[in-house]
Amino acid sequence: MKKMAKKIKLSINGISLEVEQGTTILEAASHAGIIIPTLCYHKDLCIAGNCRVCVVEIAGQKRLSAACATPCEEEMEILTNSMNVHNSRKQIIELLLSEHNADCTSCFKNGNCELQKLASDYKILKQDFIRLVPFKNYTIDKYSPSIIKDDSKCIRCQRCVRTCAELQGINALTVAYKGDQMKITTFFEKPINDVVCSTCGQCINHCPTGALVEKNYIEKVWDAIADKSKHVVVQTAPAVRVGLGEELGFGPGERVTGKMVAALKRLGFDAVMDTDFTADLTIMEEGTELLTRLKSVLVDHNPEVKLPMATSCSPGWIKYIEHIFPDFLEHLSTCKSPQQMFGALAKTYYAKARNLAPETIVSVSIMPCTAKKFEAARPEMHDSGYRDVDYVLTTRELAIMIKQAGIDFVNLEESHFDRLMGESTGAAVIFGATGGVMEAALRTVYEIVTGREVPFENLDIIPVRGMEGVREASIKIENPLEEWAFLDGVELKCAVAHGLVNAKKVMESIRSGQSAYHFVEIMACPGGCLGGGGQPIPTSPEIRRKRAEAIYAEDTGMPLRKSHQNPEIVKIYKDFLDHPNSEKSHHLLHTHYTARERF
Amino acid sequence: MPGIKLSEKTIGIIQQICSDFRNEGSELINVLHQTQGKLGYLPAEVQEVIAKELNISVAKVYGVVTFYSFFTMIPMGEHPISICMGTACYVRGSEQVLAEFKRQLSIEVGQSTPDNKFSLNCLRCVGACGLAPVVMVGDKVYGRVSPQMVKNIIAEYKEGCAAEAKSA
Repeated sequence: MKKMAKKIKLSINGISLEVEQGTTILEAASHAGIIIPTLCYHKDLCIAGNCRVCVVEIAGQKRLSAACATPCEEEMEILTNSMNVHNSRKQIIELLLSEHNADCTSCFKNGNCELQKLASDYKILKQDFIRLVPFKNYTIDKYSPSIIKDDSKCIRCQRCVRTCAELQGINALTVAYKGDQMKITTFFEKPINDVVCSTCGQCINHCPTGALVEKNYIEKVWDAIADKSKHVVVQTAPAVRVGLGEELGFGPGERVTGKMVAALKRLGFDAVMDTDFTADLTIMEEGTELLTRLKSVLVDHNPEVKLPMATSCSPGWIKYIEHIFPDFLEHLSTCKSPQQMFGALAKTYYAKARNLAPETIVSVSIMPCTAKKFEAARPEMHDSGYRDVDYVLTTRELAIMIKQAGIDFVNLEESHFDRLMGESTGAAVIFGATGGVMEAALRTVYEIVTGREVPFENLDIIPVRGMEGVREASIKIENPLEEWAFLDGVELKCAVAHGLVNAKKVMESIRSGQSAYHFVEIMACPGGCLGGGGQPIPTSPEIRRKRAEAIYAEDTGMPLRKSHQNPEIVKIYKDFLDHPNSEKSHHLLHTHYTARERF
Repeated sequence: MPGIKLSEKTIGIIQQICSDFRNEGSELINVLHQTQGKLGYLPAEVQEVIAKELNISVAKVYGVVTFYSFFTMIPMGEHPISICMGTACYVRGSEQVLAEFKRQLSIEVGQSTPDNKFSLNCLRCVGACGLAPVVMVGDKVYGRVSPQMVKNIIAEYKEGCAAEAKSA
């Protein structure tokens, strides 16, 4: 353990400290309890150093340096709050504001805007610079069902461009032109909806201002709730319960499942049920599909059937593969995402059981995701005979509704999901974390095939958990039940990837023929849904880790932890769907995909 | 790939250029340079082919094309006219020269004449500041240009009788 990084001694604002070589001034300052403001800096992304808000003074140097982009050096004496720094920083903020549409009261990010906070902290009370906004012809792109891009609020920090390139490997966004003409845009400045964008919303999650926000449907949902002729059903995705608290007075990683349900009931939803129920259903459908595919390939040698089978829960991933790997769509499971399964069932199974006319049902979902808004708007998602999911709200939009309704969330008494489609298992809640769908599927598939539990202590399939970009695992199937004898001795090879930049790696290895995977789980967002583009802002590696811990704690605390044990799942097959992959499930719960252009 | 209206021949030219640079994304600028040299300009469809061949995002190609003023997305005239707007040329009156070109040709910067004979553009410094203000027509450089000279420069290229005009 002798191989320690070299230490460097320096002082910041007169405080002496020692840091490892390679530490930036920004990081060193945070060790010393000194906050340096930033805008273009984000822990998820490479350093750009282009906003200059983090400038500091280094003794002996005439020019100020960007703290985020300057490594500490031996004996450096740094001032983060000299008059020179103070005035320069203030001027930089003023310059940014001179180009910014600072119409804060009518901005969706009002109250959660990093530029607004800086303007407030530094009390920018006058405008010395000409306001350029009225002279520029800014574009506001509202064409996508998921994302609104308002260039008048863009400060060109390029976090979104780096997010799209580094985390997602898509590069739908680019920096075009230069100087005062420079803008963040798409290929030929097409609307976001017409380009290769996956609608994952990570750009929204990383935008410091209101330049990128979700298209919100809050008022539509209020209208539906107020309409007495409508029966408004709401479903909540697994990751929402570990994120929502952050918007409402809790710290990252605090589970608020019961309070969330109680709040939804107070908002006036007629039925509060759980996407986790359809997550369990997904496992039944997708697990069966996997086994059918394995049989077709291993026994029948059917060349039409493709392996590995890839999960299809993440709509950002679906749109990505449709654009980037359109020749691999046959690898996708035909299962709809849990959201869409729920939507299709709400206006059929639920309507029938509750004796409601399906046209009176308004189906709302709370998702950690912006791609779900796009997914719900897909033309094929009408299998109930109506639009299956009417409105998709992000975790953030739900928090806004809870605040608007004046609900004291912190002190709210917990409540339970309504029955019929509200029961779930631990296998469902882990859908919210990367590797969770894989783990849930293995818990059920292994047991279907062998009649025994997966050979992992306490059902925790640790190899598929964690935050590594791509993870691999394999399970050897031994002594299967007679029906599955062809799987005896087969080593089921799996891969898990999260963040589309990692999805690309897996897909390229599949394309090159180098991988021997049977089953791959891919989630568009870093960390899986818990780090989704609709989750509370900010999201950082630490926050994602805390939310993941909460997800697994929720799983451990559940009385049932395998999807096939869910009594409501047993019931729906008995009363309505017959059996997994039945004709009825194929009609309501499965879908098809569309090859898309690559720009 | 649907949506692309380029001829097979044009696509072949672009593919050849890309393969000359081993289809490497890092060679984007060289590829764009050569392609513009062959085709005259870089419209959306051409950028799509290049992105596909180099396996990079087409938004990235667009970003580079729009960044460098050398690249153009609209067809240039047979004789592209460029007026230097660098500091030296500017202070020596290139703006008046530009105005005269606009007047004589009845086009704006970035446009071509209806007969596609001339196009008009500005550029930043050709490294001949001693000759300011500088105008380029194709590869030919004109120094110390005054608005009065503009008519004669254009005349050199009219009616296809420009003996000394370089065939690019």
